[in-house]
Formats: sequence, C-alpha cells, structure tokens
Amino acid sequence: MELNQYQKDIFEKQKPVIETYGKKTWGWTIFFLLWILVGGYALYLQVADGHIVTGMRDNVVWGLYIANFIFFIGISYAGAVISGLLHILHVEWRKPIIRIAEIITVIATMIGPVFILLCVGRLDRLHHLFLYPRLQSPITWDVLAITTYFTGSVIFLYLALIKDFAIYRDAKLNIPKWKQKLYSILAIGYRGTPSQKRHIKISTDLMAIMIIPLAIIVHSVLSWIFGMTLRPGWHSSIFGPYFVLAAIYSGTGVLIMAMWVYRKMYKLNSLLTDQHFVYLGYIMMVLGAAYGYFTFSEYLTAWFGSAKWDNEVIEKLFTLEYYGGWFLFTNIAGILLPILVVAIPFTRKPGLITIASFFMVIALWVKRYLIIVPTLESTLLPMQDTRPEYIKYSATWVEWALTFAGIATFFLLFTLLSKFVTIIPISEFGDKEKTAAGTTASVKEN
Amino acid sequence: MKQQEEINDNSRRDFIKTAAIAGIATAACGSLACSCSSKKPVQPVGEKVKLLSPEGEIVEIDSAYLNHQEHMAIVSKLEAREGMAGKKFVMVVDLSRCKNARKCVSACQKWHYRPQETEWLTVKLMKDSDKAAPYWFPKQCFHCDNPPCVKVCPVDATFKRQDGLVLIDNERCIGCKFCMAACPYSTRVFNWTDPVMPEAIANQQYSPETGIPARVGTVEKCDFCPDRSREGLLPPCVEACPNGVFYFGDENEDTVSNGDETVSFTQLIKDRAAYRFQEELGTKPRVYYLPPKDRQFPVERGYENLPDQLKARFRDVMEGGAE
Ligand code: SF4
Ligand code: SF4
Repeated sequence: MELNQYQKDIFEKQKPVIETYGKKTWGWTIFFLLWILVGGYALYLQVADGHIVTGMRDNVVWGLYIANFIFFIGISYAGAVISGLLHILHVEWRKPIIRIAEIITVIATMIGPVFILLCVGRLDRLHHLFLYPRLQSPITWDVLAITTYFTGSVIFLYLALIKDFAIYRDAKLNIPKWKQKLYSILAIGYRGTPSQKRHIKISTDLMAIMIIPLAIIVHSVLSWIFGMTLRPGWHSSIFGPYFVLAAIYSGTGVLIMAMWVYRKMYKLNSLLTDQHFVYLGYIMMVLGAAYGYFTFSEYLTAWFGSAKWDNEVIEKLFTLEYYGGWFLFTNIAGILLPILVVAIPFTRKPGLITIASFFMVIALWVKRYLIIVPTLESTLLPMQDTRPEYIKYSATWVEWALTFAGIATFFLLFTLLSKFVTIIPISEFGDKEKTAAGTTASVKEN
Repeated sequence: MKQQEEINDNSRRDFIKTAAIAGIATAACGSLACSCSSKKPVQPVGEKVKLLSPEGEIVEIDSAYLNHQEHMAIVSKLEAREGMAGKKFVMVVDLSRCKNARKCVSACQKWHYRPQETEWLTVKLMKDSDKAAPYWFPKQCFHCDNPPCVKVCPVDATFKRQDGLVLIDNERCIGCKFCMAACPYSTRVFNWTDPVMPEAIANQQYSPETGIPARVGTVEKCDFCPDRSREGLLPPCVEACPNGVFYFGDENEDTVSNGDETVSFTQLIKDRAAYRFQEELGTKPRVYYLPPKDRQFPVERGYENLPDQLKARFRDVMEGGAE
C-alpha cells in the first residue's frame, strides 16, 4: 500500500505504540487483570453460594448490575451514533476520532450484557433463552437487539480497519511473526484496487446508516424492560427516548475522556486538536440541554400529578435523607455542569471539558442507579418487613468487585486493542488527503 | 420428622373433612391403593372412615391407611402447563373475619416445606388513609387473568393455565427476576440460597403443581395448590384458618368453600360487595376481597399476642397512627 506524506506522518507517530508493549503498559495490564481476578472470585462466590452474597433481595431484585448494564450499553453509543452520524453527514473532523469511538462501542457492547447475566440466578440455564424463547418478553427483544447491534458494531469497526490492516501488513513493522500474520489475514487481501475501495465505501456507508436505528432500538428496548412494568418511576412513555438520549450523552462524555487520555499519553496534539474537544463539547452541551429537558418533564409530571404510588418514589428522590443528595448531584453534575463549562467561552478548554465529561458520566451512572433502586424500594402494598436488607438495598462487596472488574475489563480491552491498531486511523486520510489534511490544518488554526 | 408427622396428621383431617364435603370417593381409593404398596407398615389408629369404593360399595377402613398422599398428584409437565379442563379456580377472602391468626401462613409453609421467612401467603395490616380504620389483609398470589408476571417471562417458565392458575416451572426458570419486578403486588419470592428441605422432599420428582422441591436461583410463589385440587382437597391455608376467612372453589361451578360452608360464589360476592385489590391496574385478579365491614374481631386482637419480631412489622400502623 502506497502512503502519501500525510498518512506517513500519522503512521510514524503511532508506529511505536503498536510495535511495543512497554513496561508501563504491562503494569497497567497486570493491574487490570488483578481487578478482574477479584471479580472472578466474587463471581465464583455468587454462583457457589447463590445470590444471597449480593445486596439484592425480594423487593429490590435488581441493583448495581442492572445500572452497570444500562451504563455500558449507554456509552456504547459513542461509536454508534456519534461516529455513524458524523459519517453520514460527512463531517471531516470526525476522522481522527472515529476509531476511538467505535472501539468504545464494541467493547462496551461486549461488557454490558455480562452485567445482565450477573442478575440471572441460573447461569447454567441460559440456553433456555433459545430453547424456549418467548417473543412477548422484553428480555427476548433485548437479546435479539443487542446481538444484532453488537454484530453491526463489530462489522462497522472492522470495515474501517481493513485498509489499515493492509497498511500495517505492508509496513514492515518491527513486530512478532504472529502479529504480522494476523494483520495479513485481517486485511483479507486488500490492495487498494478501485473496486475494493468502492466495496468498502458502500458497505461502510450502509453500516453507518444501519447502526443508528439499531442503536436506538437497543436502548429503547432496554428502557422498556422497565417501561413495560406497572411500577412508578418506570412506567413512563418517555422512557425510550429518555434512555436513548442519556445514552448518546454519556457516550459523548466517554469519548471526550478517551480522547484526552490518548492525546496526553501519545502526544497526539496535532491530530486530536483542541477544536475536537470544542466540537464534541458543543454536541455534549446540546445533548445535555435535551437530557435536562427530559428529566424535568419526567419528574415534574410525576410530582405534580402526585398519584400515591408515584409519590412514594418522588419523595425518596426529593428528600435528602433518602436519595435527595444523589438526585441533586445527578442534576448538577449531569446537566448544569457540562452545559455551563461549554457555554462559557472562558471554560471551553479541553481540560475543563474533559473534567465536566468525567463528572457527567459519573452522574449518569448514579442516575441509572436512581432509576432502578428507589422504584424497587417502593412497593404497592406496605412492605411490613423487619429485615433491613429487604427494605433498603445496599450493594455488597461482591457487586462492587464485579462492577470494578467490568470497568477493568473495559480498560484492558481498550489497551489491548490500542496496541493492535492505531488509534488514529491512517487510511481514512488516504483518498482525500488534501481536504483531510487541509481540514485538520485549518481546524488547528482555529 | 416431627414436622412431617404433623403434616400427615393435618392432611388426614383435611382429607376426611373434604371427603365428607365433596364426597370424592375415587381419590380416596387411589390413596388406599397407595398405602398398600408403601414400604413402611402403617399402624392402624382405630379411627374408622366410611368410603365409597370404585365398585360403588361402602367400605370402612382405618384412617391411618388413608394418608400417604403427600404431593402425590404428579402430573406430566404438559398437563401441569395446561391445567384442569373445565375449571376456573377463584378465591374469596373475607376481611371481616381475619384476626391475623397466621395459621394460614404456617400451614402454607408446612405444606410446601418453606422456611419461616418465606411467606408465599402473608398477612398485611392495611390502613387505606389517615382516618381509615386498619384491617388485616391476607394476601397470596392473585393468579391474575392478565398477569404482568407472565407477560415478561423470557422463557415461558411462568405461565397461565386454562383453569386460571399462574404457575412457575422452576426447572425452566432462569432466575432473571423480571417477573418479580413486573408483579405489582410483590408476590414472588426468590431462592437466594440453596433451599433447606428434608432429604426425601429434596429428592422428590418435581412438578410445577407441587412446587417441590424448591431450587436455588429460581422464583416461586403461591400456587393455589392444584395438586390438592386434583385430590379434591382445599388448599392448606383455607383449611387451617380457624375463622373461615378463605373461600376457595371453582367459578364455573359457582361454588366456593371455606371448609365449613359451601356457598354460591356469585351470591357471596354480590351480597358482600366484593372487590378486587387495585382493580385499576388491569391485572384482573382471581382473588376477591369481602370488605372488612361488621368485623368479628377488633383489629388489636391480631396484634397483641404476636411475638415481638412480628409486632415490629405493624408497629408503625398500630402505634404510630397515621403514616
Ligand atoms: S399476583 Fe403477581 S405473581 Fe400473581 S399472577 Fe398477579 S402479577 Fe403474577
Ligand atoms: S425469573 Fe424465572 S419465571 Fe421469572 S421471568 Fe425470569 S425466567 Fe421467568
């Protein structure tokens, strides 16, 4: 594969990253693996002793795990919607960031479902889902939607990678044989012929269009696991769009954070420019405003109507002794902060935008928790139970260990992938290197 | 072992009682045959019972031979899913008679070998509003005709039968707990640990109709005891209640019985202005409540003699007054 000057520059910068696996990287890898090991032990306990080792009980039947599930599927939107949408709209500045976004998508879509499996009491019977599937159950919808979505995201990522694999294959990199071989297999004989180019372009365009409705379906279906029940705080018609929006929003936040880390780690300032942060910041701000609007309408109507059962949940969220503090945090850090940081020119800086994203992502995780737990703690009939763990949910170390194991897996897979493919795609700049280079340059000047 | 004997004892009484009420002789003969083939020799207790043999003759046998019937009604999985043709089981709960004696709760636990903490049937103390008088409210699964729990199950492990029952197949259940989240009445319970049972019970063949043996990681709930219905027996809660609070029967036959009297279902719910709990949720429960009017006991009667641990459940309502 012939590379033009601009591509060569980008490649040179990233070559050491994929050629080596340095001490530092090993350190992190081992650190993540240790976390996963702890999670593995927790999982062993949960399977051996039953779900009694978790904080879940008959009233609060779901807890941290489900919150993590929604969270991970949520951040998977980074790639699906952001990169899909920007691709369709031919936004040039997307090029350096799409790979990060798509990798986030694939990894998060892999990890999310694991958390729903952790809620399942009989992992040995998972095949029943396929032996006796029942179409009317939202869980079946979820199984179908997530598998399709995952397949779609993998294809989308892979399509964009084929050209790069061909580049790595031909570059005579200083890498072990197996890796060389793997690149050449994965490049599936791509040589950059016009017909090959055309095929990849058509497929990528198609996937970009398909991945967006797929993503929307996935999160809507997910929200309907809650929306289809008769419970207060869940049984709401805006739940589908609300979840979808929150997902894109948190996905954008994670994307900004990932960009910042990579820029810092590999000194990619010329590729991941300040302007990228600002653009993504704008997207985040708009989404934040829309998310705030949804939140406001959701809780205003429940509070104003104040049906008895609804009110129980609302009271828990609005009272400081219960979840009031956390609810306030989700609204301040999850809505106000990102909007303000981006809106005020003085704070519209990569560092601050990243910090705002960080808090926003945490706030959105907390928000998922607040959607699940207070509702389950509000039963229609008086609980009249004397066992504290049945009245109020609190997660046990097992659940936390598995949560952190999930996060560690995310980082581990990200590290591994970033050692295998260049985080900034090289071939993307190939066809229109002038415009691409020009845009990036002009972006830089801005 | 003691528990086992007590159950035998209980069911023996139950059996005779129901046999007298319903006159179901065939079931009795089934059990006769069974007792002959059972390995353990049974000592006669001297109490004679008259029964109708399949040939139509009256026979008199010792009652000790009658009961080796524990959860014998093991029907095929398919039958257990379809239910009994021509039946529509209903329950009517007379709130004016309940004094929280909790005999129903323990009878249910005994019959299903469930521990004390697991209450398929529970008694709540309801107080509908600030000024309203509190009343005892026994609550089991409502076997809803539009059951939200069934709708959400991904593997058809919980299902609705033609006779109106909502049952669970714990050999199919994957333990996703979605049904628990979906049931608005918090009816279902989960086996968070490996359930403890006598060994004989743990080894028994499972049927969704008996719910025995329970299994870790699966969901369970009140099943209206269809295995007993097949034998012509009333559910243990109905029989155990000293005040005749529960009426159980068949809507198609239009009869319900609380063990002491058998009455017309339609007449009962008409005369006593029956209602279904939270009708507005649209779940269409198969359990009707008779309002707590003209009560037989003051509500305190169900509170004063309770052990402290149980008292604590209701303290807010009984002593705190308003919520
Ligand atoms: S009461 Fe609950 S568990 Fe029973 S049938 Fe109705 S929804 Fe299902
Ligand atoms: S817990 Fe079992 S019965 Fe309930 S929905 Fe899941 S699989 Fe069905």
